[in-house]
Amino acid sequence: MRIKEHPVLEFKRDKEITFTYNGKKIKAYEGETIAASLYASGIRVLKASSKYERPRGLFCAIGNCSSCHMVVDGVPNVKTCITKVEQGMIVQEEVGKGDIID
Amino acid sequence: MIETDILIIGGGPAGMTAALKAADNSAQVIIIEKYHQLGGQLIKQTHRFFGSKKEQAGIRGIEIAKQLTNRIKEHENINVYTEATAQGYYEDGVLTVSHNNKFIKIKPKKIIVATGASEKMLGFENNDLPGVYGAGAVQTLMNLYGILPGERVIMVGAGNIGLIVSYQLLQAGVKVAAVIEASGKIGGYLVHASKIRRAGVPIYTNHSIKKAIGEKSVQAAEVVKLDDNWNEIQGSEKIIKADTICLAVGLRPLTDLLIQAGCEMAYIPELGGDVPIRDDNLKTTNNNIFVAGDSGGIEEATAAMLEGEIAGLKAVSEVGHIDSNIFTELKRLKDELKKLRSGPEGKVIRQGIKKARGDSNAGKNRYTHLR
Repeated sequence: MRIKEHPVLEFKRDKEITFTYNGKKIKAYEGETIAASLYASGIRVLKASSKYERPRGLFCAIGNCSSCHMVVDGVPNVKTCITKVEQGMIVQEEVGKGDIID
Repeated sequence: MIETDILIIGGGPAGMTAALKAADNSAQVIIIEKYHQLGGQLIKQTHRFFGSKKEQAGIRGIEIAKQLTNRIKEHENINVYTEATAQGYYEDGVLTVSHNNKFIKIKPKKIIVATGASEKMLGFENNDLPGVYGAGAVQTLMNLYGILPGERVIMVGAGNIGLIVSYQLLQAGVKVAAVIEASGKIGGYLVHASKIRRAGVPIYTNHSIKKAIGEKSVQAAEVVKLDDNWNEIQGSEKIIKADTICLAVGLRPLTDLLIQAGCEMAYIPELGGDVPIRDDNLKTTNNNIFVAGDSGGIEEATAAMLEGEIAGLKAVSEVGHIDSNIFTELKRLKDELKKLRSGPEGKVIRQGIKKARGDSNAGKNRYTHLR
């Protein structure tokens, strides 16, 4: 959910864009990270852990912890918490360790 | 190969002041920053700073970040690479960096490592469920992107970060179900604790989290009361409904690069973990590498900014930009930092710094990865 009013901050949202998550269309704003847009749409599960396939979501949100790795436009292990979302991006939940070669 | 006088790794409070200090004294400076903007953790700190006026007290972190960023952008001696991550330090003094999907090499005369810290994890069942966040992540989502992390939060840790982030959650309209703290007393300033208590948030001291409950994401947490020896009291477990568990249990210095570069390190709990041995100019055991800010020990941003200035100035004096004023200024900055760390709140930091200078018996814990 997005904050509309805040006593200290003002959120200027840039141009509205769309991308897909597991084939589903998601609304986002230019300048946001992929993970931020997903969370704004209520999606919290970003990947399955490599060994036991447990659901994983954001933990640090600043590119340190690797809990937000996803497959973005076919590239695995993208840190979605520090990667900006782009119009038409294809974002998928990552399962396993992420293969570069199919 | 890109050559420069001073390379700064990390564009947070320490890195930014280091860059400005060095560039103001006519050194050529490069900053590399992992994120797409400068500011480090200041860019989400909506609270006003404590301390004296000279140290920007009363100003919100986000404002300090803006001021420093603008000065850096306008400075002709500073080059900034954002979305750039340091990959490794080589024995010939070259640092490799990934930037825009390219591998670049930078050869500086001096390096200042200002990589900051990462959040500590806490061991409990299901601590990997989506909905368990570090307190910094909650601030990023909420204060940077205007996105709520959840509807009902349990905050773990009643230090300053736990208390301040709880207040920020309330400001954003999120319900804080409880703040729990394993020790017997609130670690943060009472002024912050009072603010959230007045808003109706209970703070449970001597309590810890036992497990997170939920299938795909957090739905509740089981908390338990602890005795004075931090042992769980059987039968005191209770379930608190929440969709978010926020961990504010401390930070750990990010020192991978310093370790890899072969700087002598020591485990110093007072400073948050493994930190480099350094002198009072923030120089590590490598003559060309300095450290500043949280990567040298967890402290407030005010201390990080002063350390950045000290390291920046000392580094400049060693690359040939010597001006007699530099040493007067260096002394003034060191005195100011000393003053900031005086008093009872600075006691732990003072002990830690003493060990990190190598002038107490931290010697037995020192290690290096150099052959």
